[in-house]
Amino acid sequence: MHEMSLCEGVVQLIEDQTRKQGFTKVSTVWLEIGALAGVEIEAMRFSFDAVAKDTVADGARLEIIEIAGRARCPACKQTVQVTARYDACPECGHYPLEILAGEEMRISELEVQ
Amino acid sequence: MCTTCGCGQGETKIEGGQHHAHDHSHEHEHPHTHAFGHGVMAAHAPGVSQSRILRIEQDILSKNNAYAADNRQQFAARGMLVLNLVSSPGSGKTTLLTRTLTDMQAEVPMAVIEGDQQTVLDAERIRATGVKAIQINTGKGCHLDAHMVGHALENLQAEDNSMLFIENVGNLVCPASFDLGEAHKVVILSVTEGEDKPLKYPDMFHAADLMLLNKTDLLPHLNFDVEQCIAHAQRVNPGIRVMQVSASSGEGMRNWYDWLRATHRMILDSAPEAMEA
Repeated sequence: MHEMSLCEGVVQLIEDQTRKQGFTKVSTVWLEIGALAGVEIEAMRFSFDAVAKDTVADGARLEIIEIAGRARCPACKQTVQVTARYDACPECGHYPLEILAGEEMRISELEVQ
Repeated sequence: MCTTCGCGQGETKIEGGQHHAHDHSHEHEHPHTHAFGHGVMAAHAPGVSQSRILRIEQDILSKNNAYAADNRQQFAARGMLVLNLVSSPGSGKTTLLTRTLTDMQAEVPMAVIEGDQQTVLDAERIRATGVKAIQINTGKGCHLDAHMVGHALENLQAEDNSMLFIENVGNLVCPASFDLGEAHKVVILSVTEGEDKPLKYPDMFHAADLMLLNKTDLLPHLNFDVEQCIAHAQRVNPGIRVMQVSASSGEGMRNWYDWLRATHRMILDSAPEAMEA
Protein backbone atom coordinates (compact mmCIF):
# COMPACT_ATOMS: atom_id res chain seq x y z
CA MET A 1 0.00 0.00 0.00
CA HIS A 2 2.73 2.49 -0.92
CA GLU A 3 0.05 4.47 -2.73
CA MET A 4 -0.60 6.17 0.63
CA SER A 5 3.01 7.43 0.66
CA LEU A 6 2.78 8.46 -2.97
CA CYS A 7 -0.31 10.52 -2.14
CA GLU A 8 1.56 12.13 0.74
CA GLY A 9 4.25 13.05 -1.80
CA VAL A 10 1.59 14.56 -4.07
CA VAL A 11 0.10 16.66 -1.25
CA GLN A 12 3.54 17.87 -0.14
CA LEU A 13 4.37 18.98 -3.69
CA ILE A 14 1.02 20.80 -3.89
CA GLU A 15 1.74 22.54 -0.58
CA ASP A 16 5.10 23.70 -1.98
CA GLN A 17 3.22 25.23 -4.87
CA THR A 18 0.81 27.14 -2.62
CA ARG A 19 3.71 29.23 -1.41
CA LYS A 20 5.25 29.78 -4.82
CA GLN A 21 2.04 30.38 -6.76
CA GLY A 22 -0.25 31.95 -4.16
CA PHE A 23 -3.46 29.93 -4.32
CA THR A 24 -5.79 28.91 -1.53
CA LYS A 25 -7.64 25.92 -2.89
CA VAL A 26 -7.05 23.08 -5.29
CA SER A 27 -10.10 21.74 -7.08
CA THR A 28 -8.52 19.25 -9.50
CA VAL A 29 -5.24 17.33 -9.53
CA TRP A 30 -4.04 15.62 -12.71
CA LEU A 31 -1.59 12.79 -12.26
CA GLU A 32 0.18 10.83 -14.98
CA ILE A 33 0.75 7.22 -13.94
CA GLY A 34 2.52 4.73 -16.16
CA ALA A 35 1.32 1.15 -16.58
CA LEU A 36 4.74 -0.13 -15.43
CA ALA A 37 5.06 2.18 -12.40
CA GLY A 38 3.76 -0.41 -9.94
CA VAL A 39 0.92 1.84 -8.85
CA GLU A 40 -2.56 0.55 -8.14
CA ILE A 41 -4.83 3.29 -9.48
CA GLU A 42 -7.79 2.43 -7.25
CA ALA A 43 -5.57 2.44 -4.15
CA MET A 44 -4.28 5.83 -5.25
CA ARG A 45 -7.82 7.26 -5.43
CA PHE A 46 -8.70 5.75 -2.09
CA SER A 47 -5.58 7.13 -0.40
CA PHE A 48 -5.73 10.57 -1.94
CA ASP A 49 -9.01 11.58 -0.30
CA ALA A 50 -7.73 10.51 3.11
CA VAL A 51 -4.33 12.18 2.76
CA ALA A 52 -5.69 15.43 1.30
CA LYS A 53 -8.12 15.93 4.17
CA ASP A 54 -7.52 19.24 6.03
CA THR A 55 -4.98 20.37 3.42
CA VAL A 56 -5.29 22.85 0.57
CA ALA A 57 -6.31 19.87 -1.61
CA ASP A 58 -9.14 18.76 0.67
CA GLY A 59 -12.02 17.60 -1.53
CA ALA A 60 -10.06 18.00 -4.77
CA ARG A 61 -10.97 15.81 -7.73
CA LEU A 62 -8.25 13.38 -8.74
CA GLU A 63 -7.85 12.82 -12.48
CA ILE A 64 -5.46 10.03 -13.36
CA ILE A 65 -4.06 9.87 -16.86
CA GLU A 66 -2.82 6.34 -17.45
CA ILE A 67 0.21 6.10 -19.71
CA ALA A 68 0.61 2.88 -21.66
CA GLY A 69 3.84 0.92 -21.53
CA ARG A 70 5.91 1.35 -24.68
CA ALA A 71 9.21 -0.30 -25.51
CA ARG A 72 11.72 -0.62 -28.30
CA CYS A 73 12.90 -4.05 -29.38
CA PRO A 74 16.69 -4.10 -29.79
CA ALA A 75 16.41 -7.08 -32.18
CA CYS A 76 13.75 -6.05 -34.70
CA LYS A 77 13.85 -2.29 -33.91
CA GLN A 78 10.07 -2.06 -33.64
CA THR A 79 8.37 0.13 -31.04
CA VAL A 80 5.77 -2.01 -29.29
CA GLN A 81 3.17 -1.83 -26.49
CA VAL A 82 3.98 -3.71 -23.28
CA THR A 83 1.96 -4.37 -20.17
CA ALA A 84 4.76 -5.79 -18.01
CA ARG A 85 8.47 -5.27 -17.61
CA TYR A 86 9.33 -8.77 -18.76
CA ASP A 87 7.12 -8.84 -21.87
CA ALA A 88 8.74 -10.25 -24.99
CA CYS A 89 8.52 -8.46 -28.32
CA PRO A 90 5.14 -9.32 -29.89
CA GLU A 91 6.76 -9.03 -33.34
CA CYS A 92 9.83 -11.25 -32.96
CA GLY A 93 9.73 -12.74 -29.44
CA HIS A 94 12.97 -11.13 -28.28
CA TYR A 95 13.48 -9.89 -24.70
CA PRO A 96 14.44 -7.84 -22.80
CA LEU A 97 13.01 -4.74 -24.43
CA GLU A 98 14.10 -1.16 -23.81
CA ILE A 99 11.32 0.61 -21.94
CA LEU A 100 10.45 3.97 -23.51
CA ALA A 101 7.32 4.92 -21.56
CA GLY A 102 5.11 3.62 -18.78
CA GLU A 103 7.29 4.23 -15.71
CA GLU A 104 5.92 7.75 -15.08
CA MET A 105 4.55 8.96 -11.73
CA ARG A 106 4.03 12.68 -12.18
CA ILE A 107 1.81 15.52 -11.09
CA SER A 108 1.08 17.19 -14.38
CA GLU A 109 -1.41 19.97 -13.65
CA LEU A 110 -3.47 21.56 -10.91
CA GLU A 111 -6.70 23.52 -11.14
CA VAL A 112 -6.46 26.11 -8.39
CA GLN A 113 -8.33 29.09 -6.98
CA MET B 1 5.23 17.52 14.50
CA CYS B 2 8.90 18.18 13.94
CA THR B 3 9.48 21.95 14.04
CA THR B 4 12.54 22.02 11.79
CA CYS B 5 11.42 20.05 8.78
CA GLY B 6 7.71 20.00 9.48
CA CYS B 7 7.58 16.24 9.17
CA GLY B 8 4.57 14.72 10.83
CA GLN B 9 6.06 11.36 11.69
CA GLY B 10 2.65 9.74 11.96
CA GLU B 11 3.16 6.27 13.33
CA THR B 12 6.84 6.08 12.48
CA LYS B 13 9.05 5.56 15.51
CA ILE B 14 12.82 5.71 15.47
CA GLU B 15 14.74 4.20 18.36
CA GLY B 16 16.83 6.69 20.29
CA GLY B 17 13.98 9.16 20.15
CA GLN B 18 16.16 12.12 19.20
CA HIS B 19 14.24 12.57 16.07
CA HIS B 20 14.08 16.32 16.64
CA ALA B 21 17.80 16.92 17.06
CA HIS B 22 18.27 17.96 13.43
CA ASP B 23 22.02 18.08 13.09
CA HIS B 24 21.76 16.36 9.73
CA SER B 25 22.42 18.34 6.61
CA HIS B 26 19.44 17.65 4.40
CA GLU B 27 17.45 20.66 3.32
CA HIS B 28 14.21 21.60 4.90
CA GLU B 29 12.49 23.83 2.51
CA HIS B 30 9.09 22.29 2.36
CA PRO B 31 6.42 24.75 3.29
CA HIS B 32 4.47 24.84 6.47
CA THR B 33 0.79 24.97 5.83
CA HIS B 34 0.04 26.52 9.21
CA ALA B 35 1.37 29.80 7.74
CA PHE B 36 -1.48 29.53 5.31
CA GLY B 37 -4.01 32.28 5.86
CA HIS B 38 -1.49 34.94 6.80
CA GLY B 39 0.41 37.45 4.68
CA VAL B 40 -0.33 37.28 0.98
CA MET B 41 -3.10 34.76 1.54
CA ALA B 42 -4.92 37.07 3.95
CA ALA B 43 -4.99 39.80 1.30
CA HIS B 44 -6.94 37.50 -0.97
CA ALA B 45 -10.55 38.67 -1.11
CA PRO B 46 -12.85 36.02 0.28
CA GLY B 47 -15.50 34.71 -2.04
CA VAL B 48 -13.57 35.65 -5.17
CA SER B 49 -12.43 32.42 -6.69
CA GLN B 50 -11.09 32.37 -10.18
CA SER B 51 -9.92 29.02 -11.35
CA ARG B 52 -6.67 28.70 -13.17
CA ILE B 53 -4.62 25.77 -14.36
CA LEU B 54 -1.03 25.37 -13.21
CA ARG B 55 1.36 23.12 -15.09
CA ILE B 56 3.52 21.33 -12.52
CA GLU B 57 5.24 18.37 -14.21
CA GLN B 58 6.93 17.08 -11.06
CA ASP B 59 7.82 13.52 -10.21
CA ILE B 60 5.69 12.32 -7.29
CA LEU B 61 8.79 10.80 -5.70
CA SER B 62 10.86 13.98 -6.07
CA LYS B 63 10.77 14.74 -2.32
CA ASN B 64 11.95 11.27 -1.41
CA ASN B 65 14.56 11.39 -4.16
CA ALA B 66 15.93 14.68 -2.81
CA TYR B 67 16.34 13.16 0.67
CA ALA B 68 17.93 10.09 -0.92
CA ALA B 69 20.40 12.29 -2.80
CA ASP B 70 21.41 13.96 0.49
CA ASN B 71 21.88 10.58 2.15
CA ARG B 72 23.91 9.31 -0.80
CA GLN B 73 26.17 12.36 -0.72
CA GLN B 74 26.81 11.84 2.99
CA PHE B 75 27.57 8.13 2.45
CA ALA B 76 30.01 8.85 -0.38
CA ALA B 77 31.82 11.59 1.53
CA ARG B 78 32.20 9.27 4.53
CA GLY B 79 33.39 6.24 2.58
CA MET B 80 30.36 4.19 3.62
CA LEU B 81 29.06 1.22 1.66
CA VAL B 82 25.29 1.30 2.16
CA LEU B 83 23.07 -1.56 1.03
CA ASN B 84 19.28 -1.73 1.02
CA LEU B 85 18.28 -5.33 1.78
CA VAL B 86 14.84 -6.22 0.47
CA SER B 87 12.85 -9.45 0.50
CA SER B 88 9.53 -10.96 1.45
CA PRO B 89 9.00 -11.79 5.13
CA GLY B 90 10.68 -15.03 6.14
CA SER B 91 13.43 -15.11 3.51
CA GLY B 92 16.10 -15.36 6.23
CA LYS B 93 17.26 -11.76 5.82
CA THR B 94 18.01 -11.16 9.50
CA THR B 95 19.80 -14.51 9.89
CA LEU B 96 21.89 -13.75 6.80
CA LEU B 97 22.70 -10.35 8.22
CA THR B 98 23.68 -11.56 11.70
CA ARG B 99 25.99 -14.17 10.17
CA THR B 100 27.58 -11.55 7.92
CA LEU B 101 28.12 -9.21 10.87
CA THR B 102 29.57 -11.97 13.03
CA ASP B 103 32.00 -13.07 10.31
CA MET B 104 33.11 -9.64 9.11
CA GLN B 105 32.92 -7.16 12.00
CA ALA B 106 36.56 -7.74 12.96
CA GLU B 107 37.76 -6.42 9.58
CA VAL B 108 35.44 -3.44 8.97
CA PRO B 109 33.17 -1.22 11.10
CA MET B 110 29.52 -2.12 10.52
CA ALA B 111 26.09 -0.78 11.44
CA VAL B 112 22.47 -1.67 10.74
CA ILE B 113 19.19 0.17 10.32
CA GLU B 114 16.28 -2.23 10.86
CA GLY B 115 12.88 -1.53 9.37
CA ASP B 116 9.75 -3.33 10.59
CA GLN B 117 6.18 -2.29 11.15
CA GLN B 118 6.36 -3.18 14.84
CA THR B 119 8.78 -4.40 17.56
CA VAL B 120 12.50 -3.88 18.15
CA LEU B 121 13.17 -7.64 18.01
CA ASP B 122 15.36 -7.50 14.92
CA ALA B 123 17.49 -4.62 16.19
CA GLU B 124 18.00 -6.62 19.39
CA ARG B 125 19.11 -9.66 17.37
CA ILE B 126 21.61 -7.47 15.55
CA ARG B 127 22.92 -5.79 18.71
CA ALA B 128 23.52 -9.26 20.20
CA THR B 129 26.31 -9.63 17.61
CA GLY B 130 27.98 -6.50 19.05
CA VAL B 131 27.15 -4.33 16.02
CA LYS B 132 25.35 -0.99 16.33
CA ALA B 133 21.75 -1.10 15.22
CA ILE B 134 18.75 1.17 15.27
CA GLN B 135 15.15 0.17 14.71
CA ILE B 136 12.65 2.12 12.67
CA ASN B 137 9.04 1.08 13.22
CA THR B 138 6.94 2.22 10.31
CA GLY B 139 3.61 1.57 12.06
CA LYS B 140 1.24 0.78 9.21
CA GLY B 141 3.85 1.85 6.64
CA CYS B 142 4.95 -0.83 4.21
CA HIS B 143 8.45 0.45 3.38
CA LEU B 144 11.25 2.71 4.59
CA ASP B 145 11.75 6.06 2.89
CA ALA B 146 14.81 8.26 2.57
CA HIS B 147 13.53 10.79 5.09
CA MET B 148 13.20 8.14 7.86
CA VAL B 149 16.69 6.87 7.06
CA GLY B 150 18.09 10.41 7.29
CA HIS B 151 16.64 10.73 10.79
CA ALA B 152 17.84 7.26 11.83
CA LEU B 153 21.36 8.24 10.74
CA GLU B 154 21.33 11.09 13.26
CA ASN B 155 20.88 8.63 16.10
CA LEU B 156 22.93 5.74 14.78
CA GLN B 157 26.39 7.34 14.79
CA ALA B 158 27.76 5.01 12.14
CA GLU B 159 31.50 5.23 11.67
CA ASP B 160 33.26 6.64 8.62
CA ASN B 161 34.44 3.95 6.16
CA SER B 162 31.87 1.52 7.53
CA MET B 163 29.39 -0.83 5.93
CA LEU B 164 25.77 0.08 6.68
CA PHE B 165 23.02 -2.43 6.03
CA ILE B 166 19.47 -1.15 5.84
CA GLU B 167 17.07 -4.04 6.34
CA ASN B 168 13.88 -2.88 4.73
CA VAL B 169 10.36 -3.93 5.73
CA GLY B 170 9.68 -7.48 4.47
CA ASN B 171 7.73 -6.70 1.30
CA LEU B 172 8.58 -7.35 -2.34
CA VAL B 173 6.38 -4.56 -3.68
CA CYS B 174 6.57 -1.13 -2.07
CA PRO B 175 10.27 -0.77 -1.16
CA ALA B 176 11.15 -1.06 -4.88
CA SER B 177 10.01 2.51 -5.56
CA PHE B 178 11.74 4.26 -2.66
CA ASP B 179 15.40 5.16 -3.09
CA LEU B 180 17.08 5.46 0.33
CA GLY B 181 20.42 6.70 -0.98
CA GLU B 182 21.94 3.22 -1.00
CA ALA B 183 24.72 2.07 -3.32
CA HIS B 184 22.79 -1.09 -4.23
CA LYS B 185 19.56 -2.86 -3.52
CA VAL B 186 20.19 -6.50 -2.64
CA VAL B 187 17.17 -8.78 -2.95
CA ILE B 188 17.09 -11.93 -0.87
CA LEU B 189 14.97 -14.82 -2.11
CA SER B 190 14.85 -18.13 -0.31
CA VAL B 191 14.43 -21.48 -2.03
CA THR B 192 11.39 -22.20 0.14
CA GLU B 193 9.56 -19.54 -1.90
CA GLY B 194 8.53 -20.11 -5.53
CA GLU B 195 11.03 -19.82 -8.39
CA ASP B 196 8.52 -17.57 -10.15
CA LYS B 197 8.78 -14.75 -7.57
CA PRO B 198 10.95 -12.61 -9.88
CA LEU B 199 8.14 -12.64 -12.46
CA LYS B 200 5.43 -12.05 -9.87
CA TYR B 201 7.28 -9.08 -8.34
CA PRO B 202 9.27 -7.79 -11.33
CA ASP B 203 9.79 -4.25 -10.04
CA MET B 204 11.85 -5.38 -7.08
CA PHE B 205 14.05 -7.73 -9.10
CA HIS B 206 14.43 -5.01 -11.71
CA ALA B 207 15.58 -2.52 -9.06
CA ALA B 208 18.11 -4.86 -7.41
CA ASP B 209 21.73 -5.25 -8.51
CA LEU B 210 22.33 -8.49 -6.62
CA MET B 211 20.09 -11.43 -5.75
CA LEU B 212 21.07 -13.71 -2.89
CA LEU B 213 19.35 -17.06 -3.26
CA ASN B 214 19.23 -18.15 0.37
CA LYS B 215 18.59 -21.40 2.27
CA THR B 216 20.30 -23.54 -0.41
CA ASP B 217 21.00 -26.16 2.28
CA LEU B 218 17.28 -27.05 1.99
CA LEU B 219 17.40 -27.73 -1.78
CA PRO B 220 17.61 -31.55 -1.40
CA HIS B 221 14.20 -31.47 0.33
CA LEU B 222 12.42 -29.23 -2.18
CA ASN B 223 11.26 -29.08 -5.77
CA PHE B 224 12.90 -25.76 -6.46
CA ASP B 225 14.39 -25.19 -9.91
CA VAL B 226 17.42 -22.97 -9.32
CA GLU B 227 18.21 -22.47 -13.02
CA GLN B 228 14.62 -21.51 -13.77
CA CYS B 229 14.60 -19.02 -10.88
CA ILE B 230 17.79 -17.37 -12.10
CA ALA B 231 16.41 -17.25 -15.65
CA HIS B 232 13.27 -15.50 -14.35
CA ALA B 233 15.36 -12.94 -12.46
CA GLN B 234 17.48 -12.26 -15.53
CA ARG B 235 14.38 -11.89 -17.65
CA VAL B 236 13.27 -8.85 -15.64
CA ASN B 237 16.85 -7.66 -15.06
CA PRO B 238 19.50 -8.95 -17.47
CA GLY B 239 22.26 -7.29 -15.42
CA ILE B 240 21.38 -8.85 -12.04
CA ARG B 241 24.11 -10.84 -10.27
CA VAL B 242 23.06 -13.98 -8.46
CA MET B 243 24.79 -15.77 -5.59
CA GLN B 244 23.58 -18.97 -3.96
CA VAL B 245 24.05 -18.93 -0.20
CA SER B 246 22.96 -20.62 2.98
CA ALA B 247 23.13 -18.33 5.97
CA SER B 248 22.63 -21.27 8.32
CA SER B 249 25.25 -23.69 6.90
CA GLY B 250 27.58 -20.94 5.64
CA GLU B 251 27.68 -22.40 2.13
CA GLY B 252 28.42 -19.75 -0.50
CA MET B 253 28.76 -16.94 2.05
CA ARG B 254 32.38 -16.37 1.04
CA ASN B 255 31.28 -15.10 -2.41
CA TRP B 256 28.97 -12.58 -0.74
CA TYR B 257 31.73 -11.39 1.58
CA ASP B 258 34.13 -11.02 -1.36
CA TRP B 259 31.51 -8.98 -3.19
CA LEU B 260 31.03 -6.76 -0.12
CA ARG B 261 34.78 -6.15 0.18
CA ALA B 262 35.23 -5.39 -3.52
CA THR B 263 32.21 -3.07 -3.60
CA HIS B 264 33.35 -1.22 -0.48
CA ARG B 265 36.88 -0.91 -1.91
CA MET B 266 35.49 0.88 -4.96
CA ILE B 267 33.70 3.37 -2.72
CA LEU B 268 36.77 3.94 -0.52
CA ASP B 269 38.92 4.51 -3.59
CA SER B 270 36.66 7.33 -4.68
CA ALA B 271 36.42 8.91 -1.19
CA PRO B 272 40.05 9.83 -0.40
CA GLU B 273 39.17 12.25 2.42
CA ALA B 274 37.26 9.67 4.39
CA MET B 275 40.10 7.18 3.97
CA GLU B 276 42.51 9.53 5.72
CA ALA B 277 40.12 10.06 8.62
